[in-house]
Amino acid sequence: MKWDGRALVVPAALLILAEIGARAGGPSDSVAPPSQVLTAFVGALGDGSLLIATRDTLASAFGGLAIGGAIGLALGVLFGALRPLDRLMEVTIELVRPIPSVALIPVALVALGFGYRLEIAIVAFACTWPVLLLTRAAVGGVEPRLIEVAHALRLGFVARIAKIIVPAALPRIFVAFRLAAGVSLIVAVTVEIAVNPLGLGAGIMTAGQALRPELMLAYLLWIGIVGFALNAVLVFAQQRLFGRAALVGEVR
Amino acid sequence: MKTLLWRFASLIVAAAFVAAWQILANLKLVSPVFLPGPDRAWAALMHGFAASNLAAKLGGTIAHMLEGWLIASIAGVALGALIGSSRLMRAYFGPLLEFLRPLPASAIIPLAIAIFGFSPAMAVGVIAFGAIWPMLLSTVHGFAAVEPRLYEVARALHLSRWQVIVKIALPSALPDILAGLRLGLTVSLILAVVCEMIAGLDGLGQWVLVAARMFRSPDLFAGVILLGAIGFVGALALNALERRLLVWRAPTRG
Repeated sequence: MKWDGRALVVPAALLILAEIGARAGGPSDSVAPPSQVLTAFVGALGDGSLLIATRDTLASAFGGLAIGGAIGLALGVLFGALRPLDRLMEVTIELVRPIPSVALIPVALVALGFGYRLEIAIVAFACTWPVLLLTRAAVGGVEPRLIEVAHALRLGFVARIAKIIVPAALPRIFVAFRLAAGVSLIVAVTVEIAVNPLGLGAGIMTAGQALRPELMLAYLLWIGIVGFALNAVLVFAQQRLFGRAALVGEVR
Repeated sequence: MKTLLWRFASLIVAAAFVAAWQILANLKLVSPVFLPGPDRAWAALMHGFAASNLAAKLGGTIAHMLEGWLIASIAGVALGALIGSSRLMRAYFGPLLEFLRPLPASAIIPLAIAIFGFSPAMAVGVIAFGAIWPMLLSTVHGFAAVEPRLYEVARALHLSRWQVIVKIALPSALPDILAGLRLGLTVSLILAVVCEMIAGLDGLGQWVLVAARMFRSPDLFAGVILLGAIGFVGALALNALERRLLVWRAPTRG
């Protein structure tokens, strides 16, 4: 994307309006002017609390992404390569997938208690689906002639998957993981806000309950930056690694 | 005929999974406190509807979800049309939208609580905020991707801007908008559950959390089953809507 100075006009105007509005309204328990938010942000960054919370959130998010992604990848490759299996599992998948991931928070809470394991379990459930569905589509969309080559070479099932199918589907599988990474962060923060006393979500809830709107908004800003940075890094990596190949069948 | 047979076989596989769940629960390999069998979950579901206020909780969740989703849909499509149909607006607002998009919507819950308190208005506000993004961005994308020749046709026909939006851009962006509606509904359900959990609003989110706190796992599983059912029915309804609205469009995939 070309750099365009007009991009900054609206955010700057909103910030100035917020500053004026918040100052005119006097001291408040629910909102704070951007200048105070910035001070609180620098303070939280300086004493390390923000970075520790970020570490906890990202550890849970990536832990869940690794587990859910591995399950989704394995099932996606199997279902994509074995059409009969895919059709047999159809109804089961259709029934389990619509369960909102957050509905499982109480289930995991009873079984695992508070902490990393609870969060990782929920994130893993949420990340399984995008990876499974996109991998299945990617594997199913592998050029049929490559499969014929595999048959001609008399490759076994495992060799066919490892040497032909996965390499051919790799760009789109990476897209699946990129989307799942976004999901993992969102779900991790959501679980923390809902119940888990851990990480950025717990930090923002605590700040809100302590009636410190400037700290709460600082956390909100930081969560936005982390989400944006994660997405930007993954998009960059995708372009460097796969170029246009990953754009085939891109699902937004 | 063959598809129907596969479908039936697939249904049997799903039934086998439920049976396996029952056997696992009967063997008590996992403590029944954590894992009730489907029989007990079903009994809790029936009992909840007959003797408890489960129906009211179900209605509460559906109401929160639909209210927030409707507001988000209308606002998202309107704003998306406004931004997407003008190159100038896209230059000003596009980057801001791209920055806000990856923000987890649940992160604004504390802010919403500070402003609205623990009220249903808080839940509807959060859901509307969270669900507006898929709608807004897909509408902007759909409008921006309209075949340029259609705009040339519109100019040749001397259509006004409003006519261009309603007669050309909106139908052309419809597939994108429907995808946004679908994603938005999923987001709405998730946020409705989270808000109910945090604010103790009347709904299934509160129901499952209370059931978990009291270790009433059959009630808990009954709530989870109902939440899954809401998601399932919502997806079916949107599928039907999509088929009706996109009849004119050749099917792109099976």
